[in-house]
Amino acid sequence: MITAETMMKDVFVDALRKEMEKDEKVVVLDADLAKCLGTNKLWGEYPDRTFDVGISEANMVSIAAGLSAYGFKPVVTTFAPFATRRCADQVMISLAYAKQNCLIVGTDPGICAELNGGTHMPLEDIGMLRSIPGIVIYEPTDAVELEAILPQVFAQKGVVYLRLHRKNPPLVYTEGERKFDLFKADVIKEGRDVTVVAEGIMVETALSAAKKLEEEGISCEVIANHTVKPLDAATIIASAKKTGAVVTCENHNAMGALRSAVCETLCENHPVPVRSVAVKEQFGEVGKVPYLRKALHLEEIDVINAIKSVIKAK
Amino acid sequence: MNSEELKAFAKNIRVNIVNCIGSIGAGHVGGSLSIADLLAVLYGKHMNVDPKNPKMEGRDRLVCSKGHAGPAVYSVLAEKGFFDKAELLTLNKGGTNLPSHCDMNKTPGIDMTAGSLGQGLSCAVGLAIGSRLTKDNATIYAIVGDGETDEGQIWEAALYAGHQKLDNLIAFTDYNKCQLDGYTDTINGLDPLDKKWEAFNWDVIVVKDGNDVDEIDAAITKAKATKGKPHMIILNTVKGKGVSFIEAAVPANHSMPMPQDKCAVAISEIRGE
Repeated sequence: MITAETMMKDVFVDALRKEMEKDEKVVVLDADLAKCLGTNKLWGEYPDRTFDVGISEANMVSIAAGLSAYGFKPVVTTFAPFATRRCADQVMISLAYAKQNCLIVGTDPGICAELNGGTHMPLEDIGMLRSIPGIVIYEPTDAVELEAILPQVFAQKGVVYLRLHRKNPPLVYTEGERKFDLFKADVIKEGRDVTVVAEGIMVETALSAAKKLEEEGISCEVIANHTVKPLDAATIIASAKKTGAVVTCENHNAMGALRSAVCETLCENHPVPVRSVAVKEQFGEVGKVPYLRKALHLEEIDVINAIKSVIKAK
Repeated sequence: MNSEELKAFAKNIRVNIVNCIGSIGAGHVGGSLSIADLLAVLYGKHMNVDPKNPKMEGRDRLVCSKGHAGPAVYSVLAEKGFFDKAELLTLNKGGTNLPSHCDMNKTPGIDMTAGSLGQGLSCAVGLAIGSRLTKDNATIYAIVGDGETDEGQIWEAALYAGHQKLDNLIAFTDYNKCQLDGYTDTINGLDPLDKKWEAFNWDVIVVKDGNDVDEIDAAITKAKATKGKPHMIILNTVKGKGVSFIEAAVPANHSMPMPQDKCAVAISEIRGE
Protein backbone atom coordinates (compact mmCIF):
# COMPACT_ATOMS: atom_id res chain seq x y z
CA MET A 1 0.00 0.00 0.00
CA ILE A 2 1.23 3.46 -0.90
CA THR A 3 1.37 6.01 1.93
CA ALA A 4 2.70 9.55 2.20
CA GLU A 5 5.95 8.01 3.45
CA THR A 6 6.40 5.64 0.52
CA MET A 7 9.63 6.37 -1.32
CA MET A 8 9.36 6.28 -5.11
CA LYS A 9 12.71 4.46 -5.25
CA ASP A 10 11.20 1.59 -3.26
CA VAL A 11 8.18 1.47 -5.56
CA PHE A 12 10.54 1.24 -8.51
CA VAL A 13 12.85 -1.42 -7.07
CA ASP A 14 9.90 -3.57 -5.93
CA ALA A 15 8.40 -3.40 -9.42
CA LEU A 16 11.77 -4.17 -10.98
CA ARG A 17 12.18 -7.20 -8.72
CA LYS A 18 8.77 -8.49 -9.87
CA GLU A 19 9.78 -7.91 -13.48
CA MET A 20 13.01 -9.87 -12.97
CA GLU A 21 11.07 -12.72 -11.40
CA LYS A 22 8.66 -12.74 -14.32
CA ASP A 23 11.14 -12.30 -17.16
CA GLU A 24 14.60 -13.84 -17.08
CA LYS A 25 15.72 -11.53 -19.87
CA VAL A 26 15.62 -8.46 -17.62
CA VAL A 27 19.14 -7.39 -16.60
CA VAL A 28 20.11 -4.40 -14.47
CA LEU A 29 23.20 -2.25 -14.86
CA ASP A 30 24.43 0.35 -12.43
CA ALA A 31 27.35 2.76 -12.41
CA ASP A 32 28.31 2.89 -8.75
CA LEU A 33 25.06 4.48 -7.59
CA ALA A 34 23.08 1.29 -7.01
CA LYS A 35 22.98 1.91 -3.28
CA CYS A 36 21.34 5.29 -3.86
CA LEU A 37 18.42 3.89 -5.81
CA GLY A 38 18.37 0.55 -4.01
CA THR A 39 19.03 -1.69 -7.00
CA ASN A 40 21.83 -3.23 -4.92
CA LYS A 41 19.02 -5.06 -3.09
CA LEU A 42 18.68 -7.18 -6.23
CA TRP A 43 22.32 -8.29 -6.28
CA GLY A 44 21.81 -11.14 -3.82
CA GLU A 45 18.77 -12.52 -5.61
CA TYR A 46 20.08 -12.05 -9.13
CA PRO A 47 23.88 -12.15 -9.08
CA ASP A 48 24.07 -13.16 -12.75
CA ARG A 49 21.66 -10.51 -14.04
CA THR A 50 22.91 -7.47 -12.14
CA PHE A 51 26.04 -5.59 -13.16
CA ASP A 52 27.77 -2.71 -11.48
CA VAL A 53 30.13 -1.44 -14.16
CA GLY A 54 31.70 1.17 -11.91
CA ILE A 55 31.75 4.86 -12.66
CA SER A 56 31.52 4.61 -16.43
CA GLU A 57 28.07 5.64 -17.61
CA ALA A 58 28.92 5.71 -21.31
CA ASN A 59 30.28 2.20 -21.05
CA MET A 60 27.16 1.10 -19.15
CA VAL A 61 24.82 2.38 -21.85
CA SER A 62 26.76 0.74 -24.71
CA ILE A 63 27.05 -2.54 -22.78
CA ALA A 64 23.28 -2.36 -22.36
CA ALA A 65 23.00 -2.01 -26.13
CA GLY A 66 25.07 -5.16 -26.60
CA LEU A 67 22.89 -7.04 -24.13
CA SER A 68 19.78 -5.81 -25.92
CA ALA A 69 21.23 -7.01 -29.23
CA TYR A 70 21.59 -10.40 -27.57
CA GLY A 71 17.89 -10.44 -26.68
CA PHE A 72 18.08 -9.13 -23.13
CA LYS A 73 16.03 -6.29 -21.65
CA PRO A 74 18.47 -3.97 -19.93
CA VAL A 75 17.62 -1.44 -17.26
CA VAL A 76 20.36 1.12 -16.60
CA THR A 77 20.31 3.42 -13.62
CA THR A 78 22.28 6.40 -12.37
CA PHE A 79 21.63 10.02 -11.44
CA ALA A 80 19.74 11.82 -14.22
CA PRO A 81 22.59 14.12 -15.33
CA PHE A 82 24.89 11.16 -15.80
CA ALA A 83 22.23 9.09 -17.55
CA THR A 84 21.70 11.85 -20.08
CA ARG A 85 24.24 14.61 -20.65
CA ARG A 86 27.17 12.39 -19.63
CA CYS A 87 26.34 9.79 -22.25
CA ALA A 88 24.01 11.51 -24.68
CA ASP A 89 25.79 10.07 -27.72
CA GLN A 90 25.69 6.53 -26.38
CA VAL A 91 21.95 6.86 -25.76
CA MET A 92 21.55 8.27 -29.26
CA ILE A 93 23.77 5.86 -31.22
CA SER A 94 24.30 2.64 -29.25
CA LEU A 95 20.66 2.50 -28.14
CA ALA A 96 18.20 4.59 -30.14
CA TYR A 97 19.80 4.66 -33.60
CA ALA A 98 20.63 0.96 -33.31
CA LYS A 99 16.95 0.29 -32.43
CA GLN A 100 17.77 -1.39 -29.12
CA ASN A 101 15.56 -1.79 -26.07
CA CYS A 102 16.57 -0.14 -22.82
CA LEU A 103 14.95 1.46 -19.81
CA ILE A 104 17.13 4.35 -18.66
CA VAL A 105 16.43 5.42 -15.11
CA GLY A 106 17.75 8.87 -14.26
CA THR A 107 17.16 9.81 -10.65
CA ASP A 108 16.94 13.11 -8.77
CA PRO A 109 15.28 15.26 -11.44
CA GLY A 110 15.92 18.99 -11.43
CA ILE A 111 15.93 20.59 -8.01
CA CYS A 112 15.31 17.22 -6.34
CA ALA A 113 19.10 16.77 -6.53
CA GLU A 114 19.14 19.24 -3.60
CA LEU A 115 22.42 19.06 -1.67
CA ASN A 116 24.37 17.48 -4.53
CA GLY A 117 24.05 20.89 -6.15
CA GLY A 118 24.49 22.29 -9.61
CA THR A 119 26.79 19.56 -10.96
CA HIS A 120 24.16 16.93 -10.19
CA MET A 121 21.06 18.97 -10.98
CA PRO A 122 19.59 18.00 -14.34
CA LEU A 123 17.63 20.92 -15.70
CA GLU A 124 18.31 20.06 -19.34
CA ASP A 125 18.06 16.26 -19.46
CA ILE A 126 14.61 16.05 -21.06
CA GLY A 127 15.53 18.76 -23.55
CA MET A 128 18.57 16.76 -24.60
CA LEU A 129 16.74 13.48 -25.03
CA ARG A 130 13.45 14.72 -26.49
CA SER A 131 14.93 15.20 -29.96
CA ILE A 132 15.89 11.51 -30.19
CA PRO A 133 13.42 9.79 -32.54
CA GLY A 134 11.14 7.30 -30.87
CA ILE A 135 12.28 7.81 -27.28
CA VAL A 136 9.60 7.77 -24.55
CA ILE A 137 10.12 10.16 -21.63
CA TYR A 138 8.13 9.58 -18.46
CA GLU A 139 8.34 11.38 -15.12
CA PRO A 140 5.98 10.17 -12.42
CA THR A 141 3.75 12.58 -10.55
CA ASP A 142 3.69 10.58 -7.33
CA ALA A 143 4.17 7.07 -5.98
CA VAL A 144 0.58 6.02 -6.69
CA GLU A 145 0.86 6.86 -10.36
CA LEU A 146 4.38 5.38 -10.59
CA GLU A 147 3.27 2.03 -9.22
CA ALA A 148 0.32 1.94 -11.61
CA ILE A 149 2.28 2.91 -14.71
CA LEU A 150 5.52 0.93 -14.21
CA PRO A 151 4.17 -2.28 -15.77
CA GLN A 152 3.44 -0.26 -18.93
CA VAL A 153 6.95 1.18 -18.79
CA PHE A 154 8.52 -2.27 -18.56
CA ALA A 155 6.37 -3.50 -21.43
CA GLN A 156 7.51 -0.70 -23.69
CA LYS A 157 9.94 -1.49 -26.53
CA GLY A 158 12.71 0.85 -27.63
CA VAL A 159 14.34 3.41 -25.39
CA VAL A 160 12.43 4.75 -22.40
CA TYR A 161 13.74 7.45 -20.07
CA LEU A 162 12.27 7.28 -16.58
CA ARG A 163 13.03 10.52 -14.75
CA LEU A 164 12.63 9.38 -11.19
CA HIS A 165 12.46 11.28 -7.92
CA ARG A 166 13.80 8.82 -5.35
CA LYS A 167 11.95 10.33 -2.41
CA ASN A 168 8.29 10.83 -1.46
CA PRO A 169 6.85 13.99 -2.99
CA PRO A 170 3.33 14.79 -1.71
CA LEU A 171 0.73 12.36 -3.00
CA VAL A 172 -1.53 13.86 -5.65
CA TYR A 173 -3.54 10.68 -6.13
CA THR A 174 -5.12 8.05 -3.89
CA GLU A 175 -4.76 4.42 -4.87
CA GLY A 176 -7.48 3.12 -7.15
CA GLU A 177 -8.72 6.66 -7.88
CA ARG A 178 -8.17 6.40 -11.61
CA LYS A 179 -6.64 4.29 -14.33
CA PHE A 180 -3.35 5.60 -15.61
CA ASP A 181 -2.11 5.32 -19.14
CA LEU A 182 1.56 5.93 -19.96
CA PHE A 183 0.52 7.88 -23.04
CA LYS A 184 -2.39 9.88 -21.62
CA ALA A 185 -2.14 13.08 -19.63
CA ASP A 186 -4.47 13.31 -16.64
CA VAL A 187 -6.92 16.16 -16.19
CA ILE A 188 -6.89 16.27 -12.41
CA LYS A 189 -8.96 19.42 -11.99
CA GLU A 190 -11.42 20.85 -14.46
CA GLY A 191 -11.65 24.58 -15.07
CA ARG A 192 -12.74 27.28 -17.51
CA ASP A 193 -10.30 30.20 -17.55
CA VAL A 194 -6.84 28.74 -17.97
CA THR A 195 -5.12 25.39 -18.50
CA VAL A 196 -2.15 24.59 -16.27
CA VAL A 197 -0.01 21.74 -17.65
CA ALA A 198 2.43 20.50 -15.03
CA GLU A 199 4.89 17.68 -14.54
CA GLY A 200 6.70 15.99 -11.65
CA ILE A 201 6.82 17.85 -8.37
CA MET A 202 5.22 20.87 -10.07
CA VAL A 203 1.85 19.08 -10.36
CA GLU A 204 1.13 19.46 -6.67
CA THR A 205 2.32 23.08 -6.83
CA ALA A 206 0.02 23.80 -9.77
CA LEU A 207 -2.91 22.17 -8.01
CA SER A 208 -2.45 24.19 -4.87
CA ALA A 209 -2.07 27.41 -6.88
CA ALA A 210 -5.26 26.57 -8.76
CA LYS A 211 -7.17 26.03 -5.53
CA LYS A 212 -6.04 29.40 -4.18
CA LEU A 213 -7.10 31.14 -7.39
CA GLU A 214 -10.55 29.58 -7.16
CA GLU A 215 -11.05 31.86 -4.16
CA GLU A 216 -10.32 34.83 -6.43
CA GLY A 217 -12.80 33.57 -8.97
CA ILE A 218 -10.26 32.20 -11.45
CA SER A 219 -11.16 28.73 -12.68
CA CYS A 220 -8.07 26.66 -13.56
CA GLU A 221 -7.95 23.33 -15.35
CA VAL A 222 -4.93 21.33 -14.18
CA ILE A 223 -3.36 18.64 -16.32
CA ALA A 224 -0.75 16.28 -14.87
CA ASN A 225 1.47 15.56 -17.84
CA HIS A 226 3.69 12.64 -16.83
CA THR A 227 4.84 11.72 -20.36
CA VAL A 228 6.38 14.62 -22.24
CA LYS A 229 7.24 12.41 -25.21
CA PRO A 230 5.12 11.39 -26.95
CA LEU A 231 3.00 14.30 -25.76
CA ASP A 232 -0.71 13.66 -25.33
CA ALA A 233 -1.49 16.50 -27.69
CA ALA A 234 -5.21 15.73 -27.89
CA THR A 235 -5.80 16.31 -24.19
CA ILE A 236 -3.81 19.55 -24.17
CA ILE A 237 -5.38 20.95 -27.35
CA ALA A 238 -8.89 20.12 -26.12
CA SER A 239 -8.24 21.92 -22.86
CA ALA A 240 -6.66 24.93 -24.61
CA LYS A 241 -9.72 25.18 -26.86
CA LYS A 242 -11.89 25.31 -23.77
CA THR A 243 -9.87 27.79 -21.69
CA GLY A 244 -8.00 29.85 -24.31
CA ALA A 245 -4.79 30.17 -22.25
CA VAL A 246 -2.06 27.82 -21.04
CA VAL A 247 0.61 27.82 -18.33
CA THR A 248 3.29 25.13 -18.25
CA CYS A 249 5.03 24.19 -14.99
CA GLU A 250 8.13 22.04 -14.90
CA ASN A 251 11.10 21.08 -12.77
CA HIS A 252 13.40 21.63 -15.76
CA ASN A 253 14.69 24.58 -17.68
CA ALA A 254 12.40 26.33 -20.13
CA MET A 255 14.02 24.90 -23.25
CA GLY A 256 13.30 21.57 -24.81
CA ALA A 257 10.95 19.95 -22.33
CA LEU A 258 7.32 20.55 -21.32
CA ARG A 259 7.09 24.22 -22.29
CA SER A 260 8.62 23.50 -25.66
CA ALA A 261 6.48 20.44 -26.32
CA VAL A 262 3.26 22.22 -25.37
CA CYS A 263 4.12 25.36 -27.35
CA GLU A 264 5.06 23.34 -30.42
CA THR A 265 1.75 21.51 -30.27
CA LEU A 266 -0.35 24.59 -29.63
CA CYS A 267 1.41 26.72 -32.27
CA GLU A 268 0.62 24.16 -34.90
CA ASN A 269 -2.87 23.24 -33.78
CA HIS A 270 -4.54 25.89 -31.66
CA PRO A 271 -2.41 28.93 -30.80
CA VAL A 272 -3.28 30.52 -27.48
CA PRO A 273 -1.26 32.71 -25.08
CA VAL A 274 1.22 30.67 -23.05
CA ARG A 275 3.31 31.44 -19.96
CA SER A 276 5.78 29.10 -18.38
CA VAL A 277 7.06 28.33 -14.93
CA ALA A 278 10.47 26.78 -15.47
CA VAL A 279 14.13 27.48 -14.78
CA LYS A 280 15.24 30.25 -17.09
CA GLU A 281 18.93 30.71 -17.97
CA GLN A 282 20.12 29.57 -14.55
CA PHE A 283 22.22 26.64 -13.40
CA GLY A 284 21.30 24.61 -10.36
CA GLU A 285 22.93 25.11 -6.98
CA VAL A 286 22.97 23.48 -3.56
CA GLY A 287 20.05 23.80 -1.20
CA LYS A 288 16.90 22.10 -0.03
CA VAL A 289 13.84 22.09 -2.28
CA PRO A 290 12.11 25.12 -0.64
CA TYR A 291 15.24 27.24 -1.13
CA LEU A 292 15.75 26.00 -4.67
CA ARG A 293 12.13 26.67 -5.61
CA LYS A 294 12.65 30.28 -4.51
CA ALA A 295 16.08 30.65 -6.13
CA LEU A 296 15.00 29.11 -9.42
CA HIS A 297 11.46 30.50 -9.46
CA LEU A 298 9.45 27.31 -9.15
CA GLU A 299 7.22 28.39 -6.26
CA GLU A 300 3.46 28.46 -6.03
CA ILE A 301 3.56 32.26 -6.34
CA ASP A 302 5.36 31.89 -9.67
CA VAL A 303 2.52 29.70 -10.89
CA ILE A 304 -0.09 32.16 -9.64
CA ASN A 305 1.67 35.09 -11.33
CA ALA A 306 1.98 33.15 -14.60
CA ILE A 307 -1.72 32.30 -14.53
CA LYS A 308 -2.74 35.91 -13.93
CA SER A 309 -0.37 37.08 -16.65
CA VAL A 310 -1.65 34.66 -19.28
CA ILE A 311 -5.27 35.44 -18.50
CA LYS A 312 -4.54 39.13 -19.13
CA ALA A 313 -3.08 38.18 -22.50
CA LYS A 314 -6.23 36.38 -23.65
CA MET B 1 40.06 -22.60 -45.72
CA ASN B 2 43.77 -23.31 -45.85
CA SER B 3 46.45 -20.64 -46.02
CA GLU B 4 46.41 -20.28 -49.82
CA GLU B 5 42.64 -20.14 -49.88
CA LEU B 6 42.64 -17.46 -47.17
CA LYS B 7 45.10 -15.39 -49.20
CA ALA B 8 42.90 -15.71 -52.28
CA PHE B 9 39.85 -14.85 -50.16
CA ALA B 10 41.62 -11.72 -48.88
CA LYS B 11 42.38 -10.70 -52.47
CA ASN B 12 38.73 -11.01 -53.39
CA ILE B 13 37.78 -8.93 -50.35
CA ARG B 14 40.25 -6.24 -51.45
CA VAL B 15 38.84 -6.21 -54.98
CA ASN B 16 35.37 -5.85 -53.49
CA ILE B 17 36.52 -2.97 -51.27
CA VAL B 18 37.94 -1.11 -54.26
CA ASN B 19 34.81 -1.70 -56.34
CA CYS B 20 32.55 -0.78 -53.42
CA ILE B 21 34.29 2.51 -52.62
CA GLY B 22 34.98 3.20 -56.29
CA SER B 23 31.25 3.02 -56.99
CA ILE B 24 30.77 6.29 -55.11
CA GLY B 25 34.18 7.74 -56.07
CA ALA B 26 35.73 8.14 -52.61
CA GLY B 27 35.70 6.64 -49.14
CA HIS B 28 37.48 5.08 -46.20
CA VAL B 29 39.76 2.93 -48.28
CA GLY B 30 42.91 2.94 -46.12
CA GLY B 31 41.42 1.46 -42.96
CA SER B 32 39.26 -0.92 -44.98
CA LEU B 33 42.19 -2.46 -46.85
CA SER B 34 44.25 -2.78 -43.67
CA ILE B 35 41.74 -5.24 -42.13
CA ALA B 36 41.02 -7.29 -45.27
CA ASP B 37 43.33 -10.14 -44.15
CA LEU B 38 41.80 -10.21 -40.67
CA LEU B 39 38.30 -10.42 -42.16
CA ALA B 40 39.44 -13.20 -44.48
CA VAL B 41 40.70 -15.26 -41.54
CA LEU B 42 37.63 -14.55 -39.40
CA TYR B 43 35.01 -15.34 -42.04
CA GLY B 44 37.11 -17.87 -43.94
CA LYS B 45 38.08 -19.98 -40.98
CA HIS B 46 36.97 -19.01 -37.50
CA MET B 47 33.51 -17.49 -37.39
CA ASN B 48 30.45 -19.67 -36.97
CA VAL B 49 27.97 -17.79 -39.16
CA ASP B 50 25.38 -18.75 -41.75
CA PRO B 51 24.86 -16.42 -44.73
CA LYS B 52 21.40 -17.94 -45.24
CA ASN B 53 20.48 -17.28 -41.64
CA PRO B 54 22.25 -14.08 -40.60
CA LYS B 55 20.43 -13.94 -37.25
CA MET B 56 21.22 -17.56 -36.36
CA GLU B 57 21.10 -18.11 -32.61
CA GLY B 58 24.43 -18.88 -31.02
CA ARG B 59 26.40 -17.50 -33.96
CA ASP B 60 29.72 -15.80 -33.49
CA ARG B 61 29.42 -12.04 -33.82
CA LEU B 62 31.64 -9.27 -35.07
CA VAL B 63 31.49 -5.67 -33.95
CA CYS B 64 33.44 -3.43 -36.29
CA SER B 65 33.87 -0.73 -33.69
CA LYS B 66 35.83 1.32 -36.22
CA GLY B 67 32.53 1.61 -38.03
CA HIS B 68 33.97 3.56 -40.96
CA ALA B 69 35.50 0.31 -42.21
CA GLY B 70 31.98 -0.73 -43.19
CA PRO B 71 33.03 -1.24 -46.85
CA ALA B 72 35.53 -3.90 -45.73
CA VAL B 73 32.93 -5.79 -43.73
CA TYR B 74 30.39 -5.50 -46.57
CA SER B 75 33.03 -6.86 -48.92
CA VAL B 76 33.57 -10.02 -46.89
CA LEU B 77 29.83 -10.46 -46.26
CA ALA B 78 29.11 -10.21 -50.00
CA GLU B 79 31.93 -12.65 -50.72
CA LYS B 80 30.37 -15.07 -48.22
CA GLY B 81 26.94 -14.70 -49.83
CA PHE B 82 25.08 -12.71 -47.18
CA PHE B 83 23.86 -10.54 -50.06
CA ASP B 84 24.51 -10.09 -53.74
CA LYS B 85 27.88 -8.63 -54.73
CA ALA B 86 26.11 -6.14 -56.99
CA GLU B 87 24.80 -4.48 -53.86
CA LEU B 88 28.36 -3.40 -53.02
CA LEU B 89 27.98 -0.81 -55.77
CA THR B 90 25.19 0.93 -53.83
CA LEU B 91 27.52 2.15 -51.05
CA ASN B 92 26.33 5.47 -49.61
CA LYS B 93 23.76 6.00 -52.34
CA GLY B 94 20.39 7.22 -51.09
CA GLY B 95 18.32 4.35 -49.71
CA THR B 96 21.23 1.90 -49.68
CA ASN B 97 21.57 -0.98 -47.23
CA LEU B 98 25.30 -0.25 -47.11
CA PRO B 99 25.97 3.04 -45.31
CA SER B 100 29.55 4.20 -44.78
CA HIS B 101 29.33 3.13 -41.12
CA CYS B 102 27.99 -0.28 -40.09
CA ASP B 103 24.27 -0.48 -39.35
CA MET B 104 22.82 -3.70 -37.91
CA ASN B 105 19.33 -2.74 -39.01
CA LYS B 106 20.23 -2.36 -42.65
CA THR B 107 22.83 -4.93 -43.64
CA PRO B 108 22.42 -8.70 -43.32
CA GLY B 109 25.35 -10.05 -41.31
CA ILE B 110 26.16 -6.84 -39.46
CA ASP B 111 25.81 -7.63 -35.76
CA MET B 112 26.17 -4.16 -34.25
CA THR B 113 25.72 -0.58 -35.33
CA ALA B 114 28.91 1.46 -35.01
CA GLY B 115 30.33 4.73 -36.22
CA SER B 116 30.59 7.00 -33.22
CA LEU B 117 34.01 5.79 -32.18
CA GLY B 118 34.64 4.12 -28.86
CA GLN B 119 31.18 2.66 -28.36
CA GLY B 120 31.53 -0.60 -30.25
CA LEU B 121 33.90 -2.26 -27.81
CA SER B 122 31.45 -1.62 -24.96
CA CYS B 123 28.69 -3.08 -27.15
CA ALA B 124 30.91 -6.12 -27.71
CA VAL B 125 31.31 -6.44 -23.94
CA GLY B 126 27.51 -6.46 -23.69
CA LEU B 127 27.31 -9.14 -26.39
CA ALA B 128 29.96 -11.21 -24.62
CA ILE B 129 28.06 -10.99 -21.34
CA GLY B 130 24.89 -11.89 -23.24
CA SER B 131 26.55 -14.96 -24.70
CA ARG B 132 27.84 -15.96 -21.27
CA LEU B 133 24.34 -15.63 -19.78
CA THR B 134 22.85 -17.57 -22.69
CA LYS B 135 25.54 -20.26 -22.42
CA ASP B 136 25.72 -20.62 -26.19
CA ASN B 137 29.54 -20.80 -26.41
CA ALA B 138 29.69 -18.09 -29.05
CA THR B 139 32.78 -15.97 -29.57
CA ILE B 140 32.39 -12.21 -29.84
CA TYR B 141 34.94 -10.45 -32.05
CA ALA B 142 35.58 -6.71 -32.11
CA ILE B 143 37.79 -4.61 -34.35
CA VAL B 144 39.06 -1.41 -32.80
CA GLY B 145 40.93 1.29 -34.69
CA ASP B 146 44.20 2.64 -33.37
CA GLY B 147 42.91 6.20 -33.67
CA GLU B 148 39.71 5.02 -31.99
CA THR B 149 41.82 3.88 -29.06
CA ASP B 150 42.17 7.57 -28.13
CA GLU B 151 38.54 7.42 -26.96
CA GLY B 152 38.13 7.14 -23.20
CA GLN B 153 35.27 4.70 -23.58
CA ILE B 154 37.63 2.10 -25.05
CA TRP B 155 39.41 2.03 -21.72
CA GLU B 156 36.17 1.94 -19.76
CA ALA B 157 35.23 -1.15 -21.74
CA ALA B 158 38.72 -2.58 -21.34
CA LEU B 159 38.61 -2.22 -17.58
CA TYR B 160 35.23 -3.89 -17.22
CA ALA B 161 35.92 -6.72 -19.68
CA GLY B 162 39.09 -7.49 -17.74
CA HIS B 163 37.17 -7.37 -14.48
CA GLN B 164 34.54 -9.72 -15.88
CA LYS B 165 37.21 -12.06 -17.32
CA LEU B 166 35.34 -12.18 -20.62
CA ASP B 167 37.41 -14.84 -22.36
CA ASN B 168 34.74 -15.19 -25.05
CA LEU B 169 35.69 -11.72 -26.30
CA ILE B 170 38.48 -11.45 -28.87
CA ALA B 171 39.31 -7.89 -29.88
CA PHE B 172 41.76 -6.66 -32.48
CA THR B 173 43.56 -3.37 -32.79
CA ASP B 174 44.08 -2.42 -36.41
CA TYR B 175 47.43 -0.84 -35.59
CA ASN B 176 48.18 0.79 -38.91
CA LYS B 177 49.75 3.76 -37.07
CA CYS B 178 47.62 6.37 -38.83
CA GLN B 179 44.50 8.30 -38.01
CA LEU B 180 42.63 10.96 -39.91
CA ASP B 181 44.85 13.89 -38.96
CA GLY B 182 48.16 12.06 -39.31
CA TYR B 183 50.40 9.42 -37.75
CA THR B 184 49.16 8.22 -34.36
CA ASP B 185 52.58 8.92 -32.85
CA THR B 186 52.28 12.59 -33.72
CA ILE B 187 48.62 12.97 -32.70
CA ASN B 188 48.27 11.01 -29.44
CA GLY B 189 50.83 8.21 -29.13
CA LEU B 190 49.59 4.79 -28.00
CA ASP B 191 52.82 2.94 -27.26
CA PRO B 192 53.41 0.77 -25.41
CA LEU B 193 49.97 -0.44 -26.53
CA ASP B 194 50.49 -4.07 -25.51
CA LYS B 195 51.49 -3.07 -21.98
CA LYS B 196 48.38 -0.91 -21.67
CA TRP B 197 46.04 -3.81 -22.50
CA GLU B 198 48.02 -6.15 -20.27
CA ALA B 199 47.63 -3.65 -17.43
CA PHE B 200 43.87 -3.82 -17.97
CA ASN B 201 44.04 -7.60 -17.38
CA TRP B 202 43.70 -8.68 -20.98
CA ASP B 203 45.51 -11.54 -22.69
CA VAL B 204 47.57 -9.71 -25.30
CA ILE B 205 49.04 -11.12 -28.51
CA VAL B 206 51.11 -8.92 -30.79
CA VAL B 207 51.07 -9.96 -34.44
CA LYS B 208 54.18 -8.66 -36.18
CA ASP B 209 52.63 -8.70 -39.63
CA GLY B 210 48.97 -8.00 -39.16
CA ASN B 211 48.37 -8.51 -42.88
CA ASP B 212 49.68 -12.09 -42.83
CA VAL B 213 46.78 -14.55 -42.74
CA ASP B 214 48.86 -17.30 -41.12
CA GLU B 215 50.03 -15.07 -38.29
CA ILE B 216 46.49 -13.80 -37.72
CA ASP B 217 45.12 -17.34 -37.77
CA ALA B 218 47.72 -18.52 -35.24
CA ALA B 219 46.93 -15.60 -32.94
CA ILE B 220 43.18 -16.28 -32.97
CA THR B 221 43.76 -19.98 -32.36
CA LYS B 222 46.02 -19.16 -29.42
CA ALA B 223 43.54 -16.65 -28.00
CA LYS B 224 40.70 -19.17 -28.14
CA ALA B 225 42.79 -21.62 -26.11
CA THR B 226 43.58 -19.08 -23.39
CA LYS B 227 40.92 -18.91 -20.68
CA GLY B 228 40.14 -16.43 -17.94
CA LYS B 229 40.84 -13.14 -19.74
CA PRO B 230 39.50 -11.16 -22.70
CA HIS B 231 41.90 -11.13 -25.63
CA MET B 232 43.49 -8.23 -27.46
CA ILE B 233 45.29 -9.13 -30.67
CA ILE B 234 47.34 -6.17 -31.81
CA LEU B 235 47.75 -6.36 -35.56
CA ASN B 236 50.64 -4.34 -36.98
CA THR B 237 49.01 -3.51 -40.27
CA VAL B 238 49.64 -1.25 -43.23
CA LYS B 239 46.97 1.33 -43.97
CA GLY B 240 45.86 0.82 -47.55
CA LYS B 241 47.59 -2.59 -47.70
CA GLY B 242 47.66 -4.29 -51.08
CA VAL B 243 47.52 -1.26 -53.36
CA SER B 244 50.81 0.60 -53.67
CA PHE B 245 49.46 4.03 -54.55
CA ILE B 246 47.05 3.91 -51.62
CA GLU B 247 49.80 2.72 -49.26
CA ALA B 248 52.01 5.54 -50.56
CA ALA B 249 49.33 8.09 -49.71
CA VAL B 250 49.78 7.43 -45.98
CA PRO B 251 48.91 9.23 -43.75
CA ALA B 252 46.37 10.90 -46.05
CA ASN B 253 44.62 7.69 -47.11
CA HIS B 254 42.02 7.56 -44.34
CA SER B 255 39.45 8.64 -46.87
CA MET B 256 40.54 9.42 -50.39
CA PRO B 257 39.21 9.77 -53.92
CA MET B 258 38.89 6.50 -55.85
CA PRO B 259 38.02 7.42 -59.45
CA GLN B 260 37.36 4.56 -61.87
CA ASP B 261 40.75 4.71 -63.59
CA LYS B 262 42.51 4.43 -60.22
CA CYS B 263 40.22 1.55 -59.25
CA ALA B 264 41.27 -0.35 -62.39
CA VAL B 265 44.95 0.13 -61.48
CA ALA B 266 44.28 -1.00 -57.92
CA ILE B 267 42.39 -4.12 -58.96
CA SER B 268 45.11 -5.12 -61.43
CA GLU B 269 47.70 -4.87 -58.69
CA ILE B 270 45.61 -6.83 -56.19
CA ARG B 271 45.07 -9.58 -58.72
CA GLY B 272 48.78 -9.58 -59.61
CA GLU B 273 48.12 -8.86 -63.25
